Amino acid sequence: MLSIKDLVASVEEKQILKGLNFEVKPGEVHAIMGPNGSGKSTLASVLAGREEYEVNSGSVTFNGEDLLEMSPEDRARAGIFLAFQYPVEIPGVSNANFLKTAVNEVRKSKGLEPLDSKQFLKVMQEKMKLVEMDKTMTQRSVNEGFSGGEKKRNEIFQMAMLEPSLAILDETDSGLDIDALRIVSNGVNALRDGKRSFIVITHYQRLLDYIVPDHVHVLYKGRIVKSGPKELALELEEKGYDWIKEEVDSSVNA
Amino acid sequence: MSEDLKILDEVTNSEYKWGFVSNIESDNAPKGLSEDIVRFISAKKNEPEWLLEYRLKAYRHWLTLTEPTWPNVTYPKIDFQDIIYYSAPKAKPTLNSLDELDPEIKSTFDKLGISLEEQKRLANVAVDAVIDSVSVKTTFRESLGELGIIFSSFSEAVQEHPELVKKYLGSVVPYTDNFYASLNAAVFSDGSFCYIPKGVRCPMELSTYFRINSAGTGQFERTLIVADEGAYVSYLEGCTAPMRDENQLHAAVVEIVSHEEATVKYSTVQNWYPGDKDGKGGIFNFVTKRGICLGNKSKISWTQVETGSAVTWKYPSVILKGDNSVGEFYSVAVTNNMQQADTGTKMIHLGKNTSSTIISKGISGGRSQNSYRGLVKIAKGAVNARNFSQCDSLLLGDQCGAHTFPYLEVNNKSSKVEHEATTSKVGEDQIFYCNQRGISTEDAVGLIVNGYCKEVFNQLPMEFAVEAQKLLAISLEGSVG
Repeated sequence: MLSIKDLVASVEEKQILKGLNFEVKPGEVHAIMGPNGSGKSTLASVLAGREEYEVNSGSVTFNGEDLLEMSPEDRARAGIFLAFQYPVEIPGVSNANFLKTAVNEVRKSKGLEPLDSKQFLKVMQEKMKLVEMDKTMTQRSVNEGFSGGEKKRNEIFQMAMLEPSLAILDETDSGLDIDALRIVSNGVNALRDGKRSFIVITHYQRLLDYIVPDHVHVLYKGRIVKSGPKELALELEEKGYDWIKEEVDSSVNA
Repeated sequence: MSEDLKILDEVTNSEYKWGFVSNIESDNAPKGLSEDIVRFISAKKNEPEWLLEYRLKAYRHWLTLTEPTWPNVTYPKIDFQDIIYYSAPKAKPTLNSLDELDPEIKSTFDKLGISLEEQKRLANVAVDAVIDSVSVKTTFRESLGELGIIFSSFSEAVQEHPELVKKYLGSVVPYTDNFYASLNAAVFSDGSFCYIPKGVRCPMELSTYFRINSAGTGQFERTLIVADEGAYVSYLEGCTAPMRDENQLHAAVVEIVSHEEATVKYSTVQNWYPGDKDGKGGIFNFVTKRGICLGNKSKISWTQVETGSAVTWKYPSVILKGDNSVGEFYSVAVTNNMQQADTGTKMIHLGKNTSSTIISKGISGGRSQNSYRGLVKIAKGAVNARNFSQCDSLLLGDQCGAHTFPYLEVNNKSSKVEHEATTSKVGEDQIFYCNQRGISTEDAVGLIVNGYCKEVFNQLPMEFAVEAQKLLAISLEGSVG
């Protein structure tokens, strides 16, 4: 589904990703961990098509298509969803109105009729239950005045509405208390259907107790330096990143 | 004797040129402005003597005035002798079908969601009798007439209700008010007249939309709205289709009188031709709009959405004379490409416990300049007067300008005046966030800007609000690179 080959990318002239290779198959959940500054969020931004990030070399194909050639909105319409680390506020635009616009754009790109207000409301009410969302939240302006937890819940709610085929969760657990973490994770798990894939970017093993990954990768200095089963996350929690850093740095020096 | 006085003297003493009368048969006045032209217009409209006198007084006063230069706009000097001040309603070329319509106009109609029948009407396509506007107008006027409501063109009102017109004309905007108001008083062509009798709540939105032929408006309209004690009316002005008007100068006057416990709500969506991308062509929109709250608990509320015109110069104002009276001004002013707008309001507090609210949202794109200019004046006797002003500016791109000129004159210690102002840009973060949800950049800007204007759009009647939103999106097309 997603295939990243030798990806080199930079922001503000600084190279962050330095030859990254990564493969995601339908239905898989991949966790990406790694120390600060290793390039985790850059990877998310490059996949979503954020303008400030420049791809220097390498390739990314998504369902057989060249992802890097596509505009951010076309990537979204093709099924890539990014749950933002810092969701953006749009004052005066209700969550419902925002989502209706988005959902109908995605439907249009698939040649489907737009949902009318009544149909949309029905779908929305269903999906709201997934993240235990309050009714008033759909009428409030997008993320405006939301608490950290509400913003993250709103991201998962949007994901549920847009039904992407690949969801990237960029540190969705940061700033969440235990209850919010449970709600968000339950939402994500409910959307695991054996076809939809996830890339879960996180600092902490804690999230992976709730969202159990198929694969865990360690990103360090712009490359994936270690991959393993879900137990790798536990090992990292216990031992930190130093042993991996040493391993990588010594092999580079050798 | 000064030059002005000399002219005045010449003018006031010149003889009425009878020989000119025969020209009444023609449809157009010759270019230029003179006392003869004023007489010509008045005669054309078969006006009573007092109205002709009023026009002449206005004209003579206008001669003593000079064009104002204080607004923050620049435009080539207008040659007032190079304008035709009266022409019979211009017949647009009649088209056989919509296929003959300029594709650009057609596409704008489609984006606005205007029905096919309505498109035909706007484009002057010959239509069958079933949807003839005349019948619509007649039924409409009959049902209002049963309530004693008068809603007609200004010219009709002069003929049918001269006593009301005489009583209120110039009572809020005197012919001496300013350069363009004087000019308008001398040469106004037509406009709307509306009177709501005591205690009557007008059951429908009154709109120039219904008075269909006013779409082919002249350059100098005159509107007068009077709500008698305890009456209520919501009045809509404007056509939301682009008016590819060749007229260069548009100088209208609107007067509103709100008696004791009466409420007048006036909404405008203005979309005159703004000129092309390089600032060629377009309308100079120099308009005087003012209302007076005469009695206890009178209320006047202005809501305007300004997206058109090359240059806009307009300050819908409220004089709060009655105690406990209320004035409101909600405005969205959009400028794109080379457009210039200098707009705002004046709230003049005279009565006790009067209150006013000003919400102004300026949006600038392209190389446009957008200024808010507002005055809040609280007189000595306006005990416990209150004002709240909020002036926000939104910039799209980095070649446009937003300016705010708030003037406050407070002569009374018990009053409370608050002013808030913000300037912001549409964030790349916001646009990317929308993109990532599948929304194109153009739609994202529309969404964000509409959100920004929500407080004002909420004041508009429902259908108007929907049209205003679409109009905004069209006006801003191509404003973000």
